[in-house]
Amino acid sequence: MAATVTHNTLTTDSDQVFDKKTWMGGVEPMKVSYGKLMMWFFLISDTFTFSALLVTYGLIRYSYPAWDPIIHGEVFKFSNLYWPTPEKVYNSVPFLHGIDLPLIFVGIMTFILIFSSVTMVLAVEAGHRMDRKDVEKYMLWTILGGITFLGSQAWEWSHFIHGTETGTTISELVNGKTVQTTIFGANLVANQYGPPAFADLFFFITGFHGTHVLSGVVLNVLIFYRASTGLYEKRGHYEMVEKVGLYWHFVDLVWVFVFTFFYLV
Amino acid sequence: MSDDSHGTHEVREIPPANTGLIWRTFFILSAITAVEFTLAYFMKAGGFRTSIFVIMTLVKAFYIVGEFMHLKHEVKSLIWAIVVPIIFIVWLLIALITEGGSIFQLR
Repeated sequence: MAATVTHNTLTTDSDQVFDKKTWMGGVEPMKVSYGKLMMWFFLISDTFTFSALLVTYGLIRYSYPAWDPIIHGEVFKFSNLYWPTPEKVYNSVPFLHGIDLPLIFVGIMTFILIFSSVTMVLAVEAGHRMDRKDVEKYMLWTILGGITFLGSQAWEWSHFIHGTETGTTISELVNGKTVQTTIFGANLVANQYGPPAFADLFFFITGFHGTHVLSGVVLNVLIFYRASTGLYEKRGHYEMVEKVGLYWHFVDLVWVFVFTFFYLV
Repeated sequence: MSDDSHGTHEVREIPPANTGLIWRTFFILSAITAVEFTLAYFMKAGGFRTSIFVIMTLVKAFYIVGEFMHLKHEVKSLIWAIVVPIIFIVWLLIALITEGGSIFQLR
Protein backbone atom coordinates (compact mmCIF):
# COMPACT_ATOMS: atom_id res chain seq x y z
CA MET A 1 0.00 0.00 0.00
CA ALA A 2 2.70 2.43 1.00
CA ALA A 3 4.38 1.91 -2.36
CA THR A 4 1.22 2.76 -4.28
CA VAL A 5 0.76 5.96 -2.30
CA THR A 6 4.25 7.29 -3.09
CA HIS A 7 3.71 6.31 -6.69
CA ASN A 8 0.56 8.40 -6.80
CA THR A 9 2.24 11.42 -5.27
CA LEU A 10 4.94 11.20 -7.90
CA THR A 11 2.54 11.15 -10.81
CA THR A 12 0.54 14.18 -9.63
CA ASP A 13 2.92 16.14 -11.85
CA SER A 14 0.90 14.91 -14.78
CA ASP A 15 -1.81 17.44 -13.86
CA GLN A 16 0.54 20.06 -15.19
CA VAL A 17 0.45 20.06 -18.97
CA PHE A 18 3.88 19.86 -20.59
CA ASP A 19 4.33 20.90 -24.14
CA LYS A 20 6.10 17.90 -25.63
CA LYS A 21 7.53 19.90 -28.51
CA THR A 22 9.54 22.50 -26.61
CA TRP A 23 12.90 22.12 -24.93
CA MET A 24 12.24 22.54 -21.20
CA GLY A 25 14.00 19.60 -19.64
CA GLY A 26 12.74 16.07 -19.18
CA VAL A 27 11.29 15.81 -22.67
CA GLU A 28 12.88 14.81 -25.96
CA PRO A 29 11.23 16.88 -28.70
CA MET A 30 13.22 15.06 -31.39
CA LYS A 31 12.50 11.65 -29.82
CA VAL A 32 16.17 10.72 -29.63
CA SER A 33 18.47 10.70 -26.63
CA TYR A 34 21.03 13.44 -26.02
CA GLY A 35 23.92 11.24 -27.14
CA LYS A 36 22.33 10.23 -30.42
CA LEU A 37 21.32 13.80 -31.23
CA MET A 38 24.85 15.04 -30.60
CA MET A 39 26.23 12.23 -32.78
CA TRP A 40 23.97 13.47 -35.59
CA PHE A 41 25.21 17.03 -35.21
CA PHE A 42 28.81 15.87 -35.09
CA LEU A 43 28.22 13.94 -38.31
CA ILE A 44 26.77 17.07 -39.94
CA SER A 45 29.95 18.97 -39.07
CA ASP A 46 32.04 16.09 -40.42
CA THR A 47 29.94 16.19 -43.59
CA PHE A 48 31.05 19.79 -44.08
CA THR A 49 34.71 18.82 -43.69
CA PHE A 50 34.50 16.02 -46.24
CA SER A 51 32.43 18.15 -48.61
CA ALA A 52 35.04 20.89 -48.45
CA LEU A 53 37.71 18.35 -49.44
CA LEU A 54 35.66 16.85 -52.26
CA VAL A 55 34.51 20.23 -53.59
CA THR A 56 38.16 21.33 -53.58
CA TYR A 57 38.89 18.27 -55.72
CA GLY A 58 36.16 19.44 -58.10
CA LEU A 59 37.56 22.98 -58.22
CA ILE A 60 41.13 21.87 -58.98
CA ARG A 61 40.03 19.24 -61.47
CA TYR A 62 37.93 21.78 -63.34
CA SER A 63 40.84 24.18 -63.50
CA TYR A 64 42.89 21.59 -65.47
CA PRO A 65 42.11 20.33 -68.96
CA ALA A 66 40.80 16.76 -69.26
CA TRP A 67 42.48 14.23 -71.52
CA ASP A 68 41.20 14.63 -75.07
CA PRO A 69 42.17 12.00 -77.72
CA ILE A 70 42.08 14.63 -80.50
CA ILE A 71 44.52 17.03 -78.80
CA HIS A 72 46.69 14.70 -76.68
CA GLY A 73 46.93 11.62 -78.89
CA GLU A 74 44.77 8.54 -79.36
CA VAL A 75 46.49 6.45 -76.68
CA PHE A 76 46.19 7.71 -73.10
CA LYS A 77 49.54 8.59 -71.50
CA PHE A 78 50.26 10.02 -68.06
CA SER A 79 51.22 13.68 -68.35
CA ASN A 80 51.40 16.70 -66.09
CA LEU A 81 49.60 18.75 -68.76
CA TYR A 82 46.13 17.32 -68.13
CA TRP A 83 44.16 15.58 -65.39
CA PRO A 84 44.52 11.76 -65.54
CA THR A 85 41.60 9.43 -66.23
CA PRO A 86 41.08 7.56 -62.92
CA GLU A 87 40.59 4.13 -64.48
CA LYS A 88 44.09 4.38 -65.98
CA VAL A 89 45.62 5.18 -62.58
CA TYR A 90 43.77 2.64 -60.41
CA ASN A 91 44.03 -0.49 -62.51
CA SER A 92 45.96 -2.99 -60.36
CA VAL A 93 44.85 -5.78 -58.08
CA PRO A 94 47.09 -7.53 -55.51
CA PHE A 95 48.77 -10.75 -56.77
CA LEU A 96 47.79 -9.93 -60.36
CA HIS A 97 50.83 -7.93 -61.36
CA GLY A 98 50.93 -6.31 -64.79
CA ILE A 99 47.32 -7.08 -65.71
CA ASP A 100 45.15 -4.07 -66.58
CA LEU A 101 42.06 -4.37 -64.36
CA PRO A 102 40.60 -0.86 -64.13
CA LEU A 103 38.76 -0.06 -60.88
CA ILE A 104 38.34 -3.73 -59.91
CA PHE A 105 40.19 -3.39 -56.61
CA VAL A 106 38.32 -0.20 -55.65
CA GLY A 107 35.07 -2.05 -56.41
CA ILE A 108 36.07 -4.85 -54.04
CA MET A 109 36.87 -2.25 -51.35
CA THR A 110 33.47 -0.62 -51.89
CA PHE A 111 31.67 -3.92 -51.42
CA ILE A 112 33.69 -4.71 -48.28
CA LEU A 113 32.63 -1.38 -46.75
CA ILE A 114 28.95 -1.72 -47.76
CA PHE A 115 28.92 -5.23 -46.32
CA SER A 116 30.46 -4.13 -43.03
CA SER A 117 27.76 -1.47 -42.90
CA VAL A 118 25.13 -4.21 -43.25
CA THR A 119 26.63 -6.26 -40.40
CA MET A 120 26.59 -3.07 -38.31
CA VAL A 121 22.82 -2.61 -38.84
CA LEU A 122 22.38 -6.28 -38.00
CA ALA A 123 24.26 -5.64 -34.72
CA VAL A 124 21.99 -2.66 -33.97
CA GLU A 125 18.94 -4.80 -34.74
CA ALA A 126 20.22 -7.54 -32.43
CA GLY A 127 20.71 -4.89 -29.74
CA HIS A 128 17.03 -3.92 -29.99
CA ARG A 129 16.16 -7.55 -29.30
CA MET A 130 18.64 -7.63 -26.37
CA ASP A 131 20.36 -10.54 -28.11
CA ARG A 132 23.91 -10.36 -26.73
CA LYS A 133 25.26 -13.30 -28.77
CA ASP A 134 24.13 -11.78 -32.08
CA VAL A 135 25.49 -8.33 -31.14
CA GLU A 136 28.90 -9.91 -30.47
CA LYS A 137 28.82 -11.92 -33.70
CA TYR A 138 27.88 -9.00 -35.96
CA MET A 139 30.26 -6.57 -34.21
CA LEU A 140 33.08 -9.00 -34.95
CA TRP A 141 32.09 -9.18 -38.62
CA THR A 142 31.98 -5.38 -38.75
CA ILE A 143 35.44 -5.10 -37.19
CA LEU A 144 36.77 -7.69 -39.65
CA GLY A 145 35.31 -5.70 -42.57
CA GLY A 146 36.87 -2.49 -41.29
CA ILE A 147 40.30 -4.04 -40.88
CA THR A 148 40.11 -5.63 -44.36
CA PHE A 149 39.23 -2.25 -45.84
CA LEU A 150 42.16 -0.58 -44.07
CA GLY A 151 44.51 -3.28 -45.33
CA SER A 152 43.26 -2.81 -48.88
CA GLN A 153 43.76 0.92 -48.61
CA ALA A 154 47.30 0.41 -47.33
CA TRP A 155 48.05 -1.72 -50.41
CA GLU A 156 46.45 0.89 -52.67
CA TRP A 157 48.57 3.66 -51.13
CA SER A 158 51.80 1.73 -51.39
CA HIS A 159 51.08 0.88 -55.02
CA PHE A 160 50.26 4.52 -55.76
CA ILE A 161 53.46 5.71 -54.03
CA HIS A 162 55.74 3.22 -55.80
CA GLY A 163 54.20 3.71 -59.22
CA THR A 164 54.63 1.75 -62.45
CA GLU A 165 57.85 0.13 -63.64
CA THR A 166 58.46 2.49 -66.55
CA GLY A 167 57.56 5.73 -64.82
CA THR A 168 56.61 8.85 -66.71
CA THR A 169 59.01 11.22 -68.45
CA ILE A 170 58.05 14.83 -67.92
CA SER A 171 59.64 17.84 -69.61
CA GLU A 172 59.84 20.98 -67.50
CA LEU A 173 61.19 24.46 -68.04
CA VAL A 174 64.00 25.06 -65.53
CA ASN A 175 65.89 28.40 -65.86
CA GLY A 176 64.81 28.75 -69.49
CA LYS A 177 65.99 25.25 -70.47
CA THR A 178 63.80 22.22 -71.07
CA VAL A 179 64.78 19.47 -68.64
CA GLN A 180 63.52 15.91 -69.01
CA THR A 181 62.96 13.97 -65.80
CA THR A 182 61.48 10.53 -65.26
CA ILE A 183 59.21 10.28 -62.25
CA PHE A 184 58.26 7.01 -60.55
CA GLY A 185 55.23 6.89 -58.30
CA ALA A 186 53.97 9.80 -56.28
CA ASN A 187 54.68 12.06 -53.33
CA LEU A 188 53.34 15.44 -52.25
CA VAL A 189 55.47 17.48 -54.71
CA ALA A 190 55.55 15.34 -57.86
CA ASN A 191 53.80 12.33 -59.30
CA GLN A 192 53.92 10.31 -62.49
CA TYR A 193 50.14 10.29 -63.02
CA GLY A 194 49.38 13.95 -63.62
CA PRO A 195 49.54 17.43 -62.06
CA PRO A 196 51.07 17.49 -58.53
CA ALA A 197 47.68 18.43 -57.04
CA PHE A 198 46.26 15.09 -58.19
CA ALA A 199 48.40 13.05 -55.80
CA ASP A 200 47.98 15.64 -53.02
CA LEU A 201 44.19 15.34 -53.22
CA PHE A 202 44.44 11.55 -53.35
CA PHE A 203 46.54 11.47 -50.17
CA PHE A 204 44.39 14.01 -48.34
CA ILE A 205 40.93 12.69 -49.20
CA THR A 206 41.51 8.94 -48.97
CA GLY A 207 43.85 9.52 -46.02
CA PHE A 208 41.25 11.54 -44.11
CA HIS A 209 38.63 8.89 -44.87
CA GLY A 210 41.03 6.12 -43.83
CA THR A 211 41.64 7.90 -40.52
CA HIS A 212 37.89 7.88 -39.97
CA VAL A 213 37.74 4.15 -40.73
CA LEU A 214 40.60 3.56 -38.30
CA SER A 215 38.88 5.44 -35.46
CA GLY A 216 35.64 3.65 -36.36
CA VAL A 217 37.38 0.28 -35.97
CA VAL A 218 38.77 1.39 -32.57
CA LEU A 219 35.26 2.41 -31.44
CA ASN A 220 33.81 -0.86 -32.74
CA VAL A 221 36.40 -2.87 -30.78
CA LEU A 222 35.48 -0.90 -27.66
CA ILE A 223 31.77 -1.55 -28.20
CA PHE A 224 32.44 -5.23 -28.86
CA TYR A 225 34.43 -5.49 -25.62
CA ARG A 226 31.74 -3.78 -23.57
CA ALA A 227 28.95 -5.83 -25.14
CA SER A 228 30.78 -9.12 -24.61
CA THR A 229 31.58 -8.31 -20.97
CA GLY A 230 27.85 -7.74 -20.44
CA LEU A 231 27.90 -4.01 -19.65
CA TYR A 232 25.04 -3.15 -22.00
CA GLU A 233 22.96 -6.11 -20.82
CA LYS A 234 23.33 -4.81 -17.25
CA ARG A 235 22.49 -1.31 -18.44
CA GLY A 236 19.32 -2.64 -20.05
CA HIS A 237 19.82 -1.22 -23.55
CA TYR A 238 22.30 -1.32 -26.43
CA GLU A 239 22.11 2.33 -27.41
CA MET A 240 25.90 2.71 -27.61
CA VAL A 241 25.85 0.23 -30.50
CA GLU A 242 23.40 2.54 -32.29
CA LYS A 243 25.54 5.65 -31.72
CA VAL A 244 28.74 4.04 -32.98
CA GLY A 245 26.65 2.47 -35.74
CA LEU A 246 25.67 5.98 -36.92
CA TYR A 247 29.34 6.89 -37.16
CA TRP A 248 30.20 3.68 -39.01
CA HIS A 249 27.43 4.21 -41.59
CA PHE A 250 28.64 7.76 -42.07
CA VAL A 251 32.11 6.43 -42.93
CA ASP A 252 30.47 4.16 -45.52
CA LEU A 253 28.44 7.10 -46.84
CA VAL A 254 31.57 9.19 -47.32
CA TRP A 255 33.19 6.33 -49.21
CA VAL A 256 30.20 6.20 -51.58
CA PHE A 257 30.91 9.83 -52.49
CA VAL A 258 34.70 9.37 -52.66
CA PHE A 259 34.16 6.35 -54.91
CA THR A 260 32.01 8.33 -57.32
CA PHE A 261 33.93 11.58 -57.46
CA PHE A 262 37.45 10.24 -57.20
CA TYR A 263 37.32 6.95 -59.05
CA LEU A 264 34.33 6.91 -61.39
CA VAL A 265 33.96 10.46 -62.71
CA MET B 1 4.36 -10.82 -7.23
CA SER B 2 7.62 -9.01 -6.84
CA ASP B 3 9.52 -12.35 -6.68
CA ASP B 4 9.24 -12.81 -10.45
CA SER B 5 11.03 -9.61 -11.36
CA HIS B 6 13.82 -10.17 -8.84
CA GLY B 7 14.54 -13.77 -9.84
CA THR B 8 18.24 -14.33 -10.50
CA HIS B 9 17.80 -17.22 -12.94
CA GLU B 10 15.34 -15.49 -15.19
CA VAL B 11 15.26 -16.94 -18.71
CA ARG B 12 14.37 -14.22 -21.19
CA GLU B 13 12.84 -14.98 -24.56
CA ILE B 14 14.81 -13.45 -27.40
CA PRO B 15 12.47 -12.46 -30.21
CA PRO B 16 13.43 -13.70 -33.70
CA ALA B 17 15.44 -11.42 -35.95
CA ASN B 18 13.59 -9.16 -38.38
CA THR B 19 16.13 -8.40 -41.09
CA GLY B 20 14.10 -8.30 -44.32
CA LEU B 21 14.40 -4.55 -44.81
CA ILE B 22 18.15 -4.58 -44.08
CA TRP B 23 18.88 -7.17 -46.77
CA ARG B 24 16.59 -5.39 -49.22
CA THR B 25 18.57 -2.16 -48.69
CA PHE B 26 21.83 -4.08 -49.12
CA PHE B 27 20.54 -5.55 -52.37
CA ILE B 28 19.58 -2.09 -53.69
CA LEU B 29 22.99 -0.61 -52.77
CA SER B 30 24.85 -3.51 -54.39
CA ALA B 31 22.73 -3.36 -57.54
CA ILE B 32 23.32 0.39 -57.96
CA THR B 33 27.08 -0.08 -57.47
CA ALA B 34 27.08 -2.89 -60.04
CA VAL B 35 25.27 -0.67 -62.57
CA GLU B 36 27.79 2.13 -61.89
CA PHE B 37 30.59 -0.30 -62.76
CA THR B 38 28.91 -1.36 -65.97
CA LEU B 39 28.47 2.27 -67.00
CA ALA B 40 32.11 3.07 -66.12
CA TYR B 41 33.19 0.30 -68.51
CA PHE B 42 30.81 0.63 -71.41
CA MET B 43 29.73 4.27 -71.53
CA LYS B 44 31.70 7.16 -73.00
CA ALA B 45 32.94 9.62 -70.38
CA GLY B 46 31.19 12.96 -70.44
CA GLY B 47 28.67 15.21 -68.79
CA PHE B 48 25.78 12.82 -69.32
CA ARG B 49 27.54 9.87 -67.68
CA THR B 50 28.71 12.10 -64.84
CA SER B 51 25.17 13.25 -64.11
CA ILE B 52 23.95 9.63 -64.07
CA PHE B 53 26.72 8.82 -61.56
CA VAL B 54 25.75 11.79 -59.38
CA ILE B 55 22.07 10.79 -59.34
CA MET B 56 22.95 7.17 -58.49
CA THR B 57 25.25 8.34 -55.68
CA LEU B 58 22.47 10.47 -54.22
CA VAL B 59 20.08 7.48 -54.36
CA LYS B 60 22.66 5.37 -52.51
CA ALA B 61 23.12 8.15 -49.95
CA PHE B 62 19.34 8.26 -49.46
CA TYR B 63 19.23 4.54 -48.66
CA ILE B 64 22.26 4.61 -46.34
CA VAL B 65 21.04 7.64 -44.38
CA GLY B 66 17.35 6.74 -44.54
CA GLU B 67 17.45 3.03 -43.73
CA PHE B 68 20.84 2.19 -42.23
CA MET B 69 21.08 5.38 -40.17
CA HIS B 70 17.33 5.21 -39.58
CA LEU B 71 16.75 8.89 -40.36
CA LYS B 72 13.69 8.10 -42.49
CA HIS B 73 11.90 6.83 -39.38
CA GLU B 74 12.83 9.72 -37.09
CA VAL B 75 10.77 12.75 -36.13
CA LYS B 76 10.26 15.37 -38.88
CA SER B 77 12.11 18.11 -36.99
CA LEU B 78 15.22 15.89 -36.73
CA ILE B 79 15.06 15.01 -40.43
CA TRP B 80 14.93 18.68 -41.40
CA ALA B 81 17.65 19.64 -38.90
CA ILE B 82 19.97 17.22 -40.69
CA VAL B 83 18.88 17.78 -44.29
CA VAL B 84 18.57 21.58 -44.45
CA PRO B 85 22.28 22.38 -43.69
CA ILE B 86 23.19 20.41 -46.85
CA ILE B 87 22.11 23.57 -48.74
CA PHE B 88 25.45 25.12 -47.74
CA ILE B 89 27.30 22.28 -49.47
CA VAL B 90 25.27 22.78 -52.64
CA TRP B 91 26.17 26.46 -52.54
CA LEU B 92 29.88 25.70 -52.02
CA LEU B 93 29.81 23.18 -54.86
CA ILE B 94 28.25 25.60 -57.36
CA ALA B 95 30.51 28.48 -56.28
CA LEU B 96 33.78 26.56 -56.46
CA ILE B 97 33.04 24.61 -59.65
CA THR B 98 32.31 27.93 -61.36
CA GLU B 99 35.56 29.26 -59.92
CA GLY B 100 37.44 26.23 -61.27
CA GLY B 101 35.96 26.83 -64.70
CA SER B 102 37.18 30.42 -64.76
CA ILE B 103 40.67 29.42 -63.57
CA PHE B 104 40.73 27.00 -66.52
CA GLN B 105 39.83 29.87 -68.87
CA LEU B 106 42.69 31.98 -67.48
CA ARG B 107 45.40 29.29 -67.73
